[in-house]
Amino acid sequence: MPMISLRHVSTTFPAARGEDPIRAVDAVSLEIPQGSIQGIIGFSGAGKSTLLRNINLLERPTAGAVHVAGTELTALDGEALRRARHHIGMIFQGFNLVNNLTVAQNVELSLKFAEVSEKAERRRRVAEALAIVDLADRAETYPAQLSGGQKQRVAIARALATRPQVLLCDEPTSALDPATTATVLQYLADVNRDLGITVVIVTHEMEVIKALADHVAVMEDGRVVERFPAAELDREDFAPRTAIGEYLAGGGIRVDRGGRAAADVAAPEQADRPEQTEQTASHDSHQLPEVVG
Amino acid sequence: MQRILELQPELVQALLETFVMIGVAIPLAVLLGTPLGVWLFVHAPGGISPSPRSHAVVSGLVNAVRSFPFLILLIAIIPFTRLIVGTTVGTAAAIVPLTVNAIPYFARLVEQNISQLGIGAVEASRAMGATRRQIIRNVLLVDARPGLIGSITITTVSFISYSAMVGLVGGGGIGDFAIRYGYYRYETAAMLVAIVLMLALVTIVQWGGGRLSRLADKRV
Repeated sequence: MPMISLRHVSTTFPAARGEDPIRAVDAVSLEIPQGSIQGIIGFSGAGKSTLLRNINLLERPTAGAVHVAGTELTALDGEALRRARHHIGMIFQGFNLVNNLTVAQNVELSLKFAEVSEKAERRRRVAEALAIVDLADRAETYPAQLSGGQKQRVAIARALATRPQVLLCDEPTSALDPATTATVLQYLADVNRDLGITVVIVTHEMEVIKALADHVAVMEDGRVVERFPAAELDREDFAPRTAIGEYLAGGGIRVDRGGRAAADVAAPEQADRPEQTEQTASHDSHQLPEVVG
Repeated sequence: MQRILELQPELVQALLETFVMIGVAIPLAVLLGTPLGVWLFVHAPGGISPSPRSHAVVSGLVNAVRSFPFLILLIAIIPFTRLIVGTTVGTAAAIVPLTVNAIPYFARLVEQNISQLGIGAVEASRAMGATRRQIIRNVLLVDARPGLIGSITITTVSFISYSAMVGLVGGGGIGDFAIRYGYYRYETAAMLVAIVLMLALVTIVQWGGGRLSRLADKRV
């Protein structure tokens, strides 16, 4: 049985005045095996973050079923849903730490929320989680004194303290430089290998997928348009079926400095568009720029 | 100078009355205004648990109290004051309108403080399976702490000034002293002493509040 299973999951946001409702996730089915690392890639607005948030029901799907570790989350709410979430860790692009709490207190939060009532037990688990991300010596500092990479490691420790089965990562390295990105991804890989935690990572960087994922799902317009094993990316003759997959796999932003008439400017523009309004724009994937190399 | 010495017992009495009024009204306002402010934030349209209709009612009530000029409120709620403290004159009677005015005043500041925090930590807490109460206690009120201390300072300073008006109901206090001696009796020296005392009081509160707020702020 897969650790995570999404069946025909759709998420529609109500329409703004005078506009069509936004279908952020459109009938996605996905099975994620236990202990694997699933990458979800796509441009901004493709619906990948919403899909990730569908897994722990931070965004409740408007249709379809979500199972995590054999429990149908879409059948739960209130107290039962909260309890289920104690087994699903999550980290974010912006780290989302509480700035007026120390590193240790931030990590302890997840244990308080998970109703680990004994203080000694909480303290022990905080130390354990901070040791995993090598930040035991920063326990008493405040987030403001940490670098971006360190903040993300605190967030990882916070997510791990409750010993979850699943770790959801929403663009965890998008705010970090490449060197720091490598460090953070290494911790995620270690967590997956040593603790057997199933990892789902959403990103717009194929580099991140290459470095970390076992499986890739490419999203566009709320749908998973393509999926393949990440190992394929290393093959010389690998050819994604869709143009968007090809573009993402090829990587690299191309700008024609001769003028904006070139098709190449389409891609960076797309990436800049705000998450939800983009859904209303229909982009024809065949117009995407050719891949470098 | 001679006159000041003569008035000294009255002056001390007035200062004590000010301390009592502020010392009761502000803690009460913080105690009751904080939950009210949190409630306004939580149930606002677009808040973490929107409830637009009851929010509109409570928010309207808060605005209603806040739109009264303090002097009018002081008189308008006299029946309520009698109900609460059994009298309509004296320091105890002055505390009631001060508190009634300070609660919504402080609540709005609390609401403002919390809504300026980013929603990131709230979202992370929801993902961790926190209850609403846990999010408010462990995340929102924690990150808002420096702002809340600042709000207590502002409220205290404002109400030191408001408390000068309660002479109208025999509330006493240093402001009332200034009006009775400095204004009604043309005793400029008394007025000056009262002003200097008020100035000192406000300066101390502002300085102390600012210091505490900075100490509580770990964001930089």
